[in-house]
Amino acid sequence: MSASARKDSPEQAEFRQYCRDWLAANRPPDPTVRLPLSALEIMTDAQLSYLQAWQKAAYDAGLVGCDYPVEVGGGGRKDCQRVANEEMLAARTPYFPNVIGLGMAAPTVFYHATDALKQRLLPRLFSGEDIWCQGFSEPGAGSDLASVQTFAERKGDRWVINGHKVWTSLAHFAEWMILLLRTDKSHKYDGLSYFVVPIRSALGKGVTVRPLIKITGETGFNEVIFDNLEVDDGYRLDELGKGWQVAMTTLLHERGAGELQTPRAGGLKSEGSHTTSAANLIELARNSKRDGRPAAADPLLRDRMMQQLIREHGLAQNQRRARVQALLDHPMRLLLQNKLLASEISQDTAALALEVAGASASLYLGDDNAPARGQWPLAYMNSYGMTIAAGTSEIQRNILGERVLGLAKSK
Amino acid sequence: MAQPDNYGFGEEAALLKESARRFFSEKMPTDQLHKLVAGDHRPERDNACHWNRELWQQMIELGWGMLAVPESAGGIGMPAVAVAGLVEELGRAAVPCPLQGTINASYVLAACGAGADTALQEIAAGCSATLAITAGDGGWSGGATEVECVDGKLSGTAWFVQDARKSDRLLVSASGPGGIALYWVASDAPGVGIAPDTIVDLTRDQARVHFDQVVATEVTSNGLAALESAMPAIWTMLAADMVGAAEWQLQTTVEYVGTRQQFDRPLGFFQAVKHPLVNVMIQIDQAKSLVYNAACAIDHEPERAQQLAHMAKASASEAAALASGRSVQCHGGIGFTWECFVHLYFKRQKHSQLLFGDAAWHRSRLADIVIGALA
Repeated sequence: MSASARKDSPEQAEFRQYCRDWLAANRPPDPTVRLPLSALEIMTDAQLSYLQAWQKAAYDAGLVGCDYPVEVGGGGRKDCQRVANEEMLAARTPYFPNVIGLGMAAPTVFYHATDALKQRLLPRLFSGEDIWCQGFSEPGAGSDLASVQTFAERKGDRWVINGHKVWTSLAHFAEWMILLLRTDKSHKYDGLSYFVVPIRSALGKGVTVRPLIKITGETGFNEVIFDNLEVDDGYRLDELGKGWQVAMTTLLHERGAGELQTPRAGGLKSEGSHTTSAANLIELARNSKRDGRPAAADPLLRDRMMQQLIREHGLAQNQRRARVQALLDHPMRLLLQNKLLASEISQDTAALALEVAGASASLYLGDDNAPARGQWPLAYMNSYGMTIAAGTSEIQRNILGERVLGLAKSK
Repeated sequence: MAQPDNYGFGEEAALLKESARRFFSEKMPTDQLHKLVAGDHRPERDNACHWNRELWQQMIELGWGMLAVPESAGGIGMPAVAVAGLVEELGRAAVPCPLQGTINASYVLAACGAGADTALQEIAAGCSATLAITAGDGGWSGGATEVECVDGKLSGTAWFVQDARKSDRLLVSASGPGGIALYWVASDAPGVGIAPDTIVDLTRDQARVHFDQVVATEVTSNGLAALESAMPAIWTMLAADMVGAAEWQLQTTVEYVGTRQQFDRPLGFFQAVKHPLVNVMIQIDQAKSLVYNAACAIDHEPERAQQLAHMAKASASEAAALASGRSVQCHGGIGFTWECFVHLYFKRQKHSQLLFGDAAWHRSRLADIVIGALA
């Protein structure tokens, strides 16, 4: 029995068995297309449709949105998404394509939209039929998110939107966008409002999506330009001027610190998929040579690999300890470290891998001689996306210093 | 055997931790601790042993001395996670007392078999104890002892014996005809000579203990096996102490940088101060999570205890170093003085870092387990 199974409630235990049985019979066939590292790097329709079919099947079986109420398309269960996630991880399923929908849009819509809107949006979000993207960052609003300039001007019951969003992952596949914009130019925070916007239907008619090429050479994110896009006031979440508060719900969940557990699948070791873990690093060291001896026998490299292993293990134990009330000093202290640590640890592990691999670290994707088919340099470069996106590491440290330690605000 | 999701840290453990925290903050607040141990600042001060024996007596009466003594020997036999909770609070208060040594000796004795019953019963009856297992070269495994046992009598020197002058009993490793065995000796037995070391840490005492034909009781003839099996608990408890002390360093420093104004702002406003303190918090949390993980392994998953305890001690040593450095630096000029309390913890942490193996040593052993020993 797994460690987590021992603590299951009766409902969780029964659900776990159900998930196990279903996954044993319904785990999808391995993909015929090469999948990218994560959903944020999906490039082709073939990749997308394979992953969408999987998410739909998992949703139809009740493994997605388990803890949301039945009325909005959820499973109506209590604390069961974690169980489903653990079982999907153990079954090495593919990941879900609608990551921004599941991780950010769903909790935001759930906490801030009208019932009618929830019932309309959430089922197709959970099933992955509607892919979602996030319109937060702008050329002039990165870490200082509240300075967004995209503006909605009132026109009766409708709004006319103009502006420019950047670093928008999945926008080229998205039906919907969660959109933080300005409805009042005279107040920085209280002038912000929050909308859900159907962008796919407006492509070429007020919405332009242009791909941006990442440092790795891959596509995956975009810039989105709004040119007099008209949307109904019914697509506004919460009150006018409350956009910042709504955005906090999104960011909290994005950083893994929200109330609702994000549906997550993964673990599939398909061609091209590779995780930046200490175990993979050690494996690389066994297979790499330094002066004719295995790199795994170099005492200095061993010490640094153990540092990474300890950090990785420590993060996993933080996530466990976050659920043990008596061992917490502050309710948000561990949760708010999640994103910062996960991104920095994997960045440092990837950087170390490039040292361990020696000369072979110069070989990139597509080179037949590259260790792990060139995934390490790819992961290293991609890791900067993780330490920059969703609040840079510097912003994360401000948040931790201010909210947890109570130090004076830097802004 | 799998670990329970909550580390097995139940209500009883939570109560113990909470009451220990209250006890120490009432009985030994930091200003009193400073008065007790830092009265003489001269580097060449006499190496007096400052502690509050009455407070230790109260701890004994609360049963804290016998927490790690198995119930079968008359002790309380608390799970290691609960003991770690208490020790974390001990570290937070940096109380000079022989608790850690007594707990360490309990774990070693509990791994010795029937020969150790009497010794365990003495601890359960209120005796304090410490380990005397180290040679002059400072190895902690017990195998390199400079004490010999001939005809049931100990001769030689044990080095780096912690809190020797506070402890009633010594658990000594000595080489004899059958290899390394462990012996139980009263610290005031005829032939035992305690030569105090002058050390940096003001909250502990340390000594060389000389043995001259000391009559001793053998508790096990296979000393190395007992020590090896108890080491994960010893490392984990020391790491718990360091985590508690580091949290004191963090909170004290956070309070100071919230009060101290420069450039018309509290110091904590500046990111050059704020971010390093967040890094201290992160390192403490990593160590704390690893401490309870290791303690839980001692209770539920002994086959992984060694590996996880290496992680905990390595991590806690890094946390101690970082917290110590930042606590003095962020206090600025005042942090460099004897009157500012941060030096007490700075010194205690330096001592804890090297005790029972520093971070690099533990990572090296961890690598041997995870990757395989160097050819």
